[in-house]
Amino acid sequence: MASQAQAQALPAQTGWKWWTNLPLARRRTITGYIFISPFMLGVLFWVVIPVLVNLYLTFHSWNLMSPPRFVGLANIETLFKDPILPYALKATFLYTVMSVPLGLALGFFLANLINTNIRGIAVFRTVFYLPSIVPAVANALLWAWMFNTEFGLINSFIRALGGSKIAWLQDPAWAMPAFVILSLWGSGASMIIFLAGLQGIPDIYYEAAEIDGAGRWAKMRHITLPMMSPIFFFNLVIGFINSFQVFVIGYLITDGGPQNSTLFLVLYIYRSAFQNLKMGYAAALSWLLFGILLVLSLIIFRYLGKRVYYENPGE
Amino acid sequence: MAVIEQSINDLNNGGVDMELRETRRHMNRSDRAWRYFTIALLILMAFIMLMPFIWLVTSSLKSQVQIFQYPPEWIPNPVRFENYTNALTYKPFGLYLRNTMIIVTLNVIAVVFTSSFVAYGFARMRFWGRDFWFGVVIATLFLPYAIMIVPQFIMFSRLGWVDTFLPLTVPYFFGGGAFNIFLMRQFFRTIPEELADAARIDGCTEFGIYWRIMMPLSRPALITIGIFTFLSSWNDLLGPIIYLRSPENFTVAAGLASFRSIQDVSWDLQLAASTAMIVPVILLFFFAQRYFVKGIVMTGLKG
Repeated sequence: MASQAQAQALPAQTGWKWWTNLPLARRRTITGYIFISPFMLGVLFWVVIPVLVNLYLTFHSWNLMSPPRFVGLANIETLFKDPILPYALKATFLYTVMSVPLGLALGFFLANLINTNIRGIAVFRTVFYLPSIVPAVANALLWAWMFNTEFGLINSFIRALGGSKIAWLQDPAWAMPAFVILSLWGSGASMIIFLAGLQGIPDIYYEAAEIDGAGRWAKMRHITLPMMSPIFFFNLVIGFINSFQVFVIGYLITDGGPQNSTLFLVLYIYRSAFQNLKMGYAAALSWLLFGILLVLSLIIFRYLGKRVYYENPGE
Repeated sequence: MAVIEQSINDLNNGGVDMELRETRRHMNRSDRAWRYFTIALLILMAFIMLMPFIWLVTSSLKSQVQIFQYPPEWIPNPVRFENYTNALTYKPFGLYLRNTMIIVTLNVIAVVFTSSFVAYGFARMRFWGRDFWFGVVIATLFLPYAIMIVPQFIMFSRLGWVDTFLPLTVPYFFGGGAFNIFLMRQFFRTIPEELADAARIDGCTEFGIYWRIMMPLSRPALITIGIFTFLSSWNDLLGPIIYLRSPENFTVAAGLASFRSIQDVSWDLQLAASTAMIVPVILLFFFAQRYFVKGIVMTGLKG
């Protein structure tokens, strides 16, 4: 609107005076708010209103067909009585606790391998990175086939090595390890971030350490790891938030089974809302997810954040 | 965060393209042994990481009979390219591709233009309340998308938008996500203010500076956020399965996912269709590699 008015007014220099008469600071403020207005509207439409709707839903029972009915704290009470919810929490925690640290370790390991000056290293970098951009749906189908009990590649390796086949996706004890292996295939994204970090460590540190007689292990322990701690922290936070909201693999590969062992929290929210048509309860579950993420993030920032070494604090 | 920013700067200076540091000094015997060890590990890891891809492609070219064979064979015999035509006609993938491209194109346009527009305000304007609103940007970065699933569905169904592309596109036109705003702001701040001052003296408005000076200078960053928007829209499953009801509105991801729920669709077709969905992403990667590396380091992206 403003730019339209401006386009019309500028040539004639009339009707534009009210604007040029305004103090500079005021004009800047108005222009600034015009620039950020799409974001402000976005926050209103896609954050503030949904949060209010979620709050409303939490105290109502609604199946989308009949009108919502006020039920007070019933949805919250259901959280404590629901026999399925512990499965969802367990699956989500287990997946996070296993996939995030292993993913960090593998990403860091690959980054160190890649940080070598040999010819053709770009090819390796590409090979390690590509799996992390494979579309989630294709990824899920591919791994469902890899873990197929009779004809999958994983079991044929195990059998070729003399082991007996594992019912990866049918056995509640093995479904989660299968998903963790699947997630490790995508460690390439964190690898690139680690790599950028490794290359940012000045050579002189290593040179100084060598003069002092430090070996490979000592350099890793006393230079690389402390210098990389902010990157570890960053990858940890990103990995934690993403893995806590995992959905597609549980939805497509196992549909939450076997025996709810892969019923991730987001999948359970999806089910409660769109299959069981319990909008109110799904809203209560979302608050639970939000609360857990918030508390765990605070713990991570509080206890790990201060152990991170920053070379230039306050920069 | 400081270290991340440092890494971004290194990248912009060509750091991670890793035209590798020169060997600093002569290698002794232990160094050489270590080097061979590293190369061996590299090859082993590359082998492991490639295995699923190779297995996917060879399986997708096998006949039904050969797919269900133990021990498995790597080489398809006969090679059945028909699997691809069968898979892509089993469901109307042409239509799905069209739907996906409409959604993806709108989202890329939305993100490129609105996130840069908003970011200009945060990067270059001084006004009362700016830092507060930038705090809001950062706060929404940490907001889990999962808590918006149910209430947004309620909103969109009230608006009558269910089973249209609107819920999957319209939200992108409001700043294009906190991540992209943050990223563009960081990029704009690296462009010298003198350029803008010169334009101001010549009577250019702030909108003119944004459009005529900042946008042309920001092409690498704009391409980066465009690529990552393309990827996330192309890969998205949750949005389409919630909002798209009639099969003729499905996206490629939703169409491929629907293979899973039909018991009688055989593996050869599922795998052929999966391969077909991966190919555009890999092509995009090869044509725009350097933007990818920048993007991941700047955003810490998600798989």
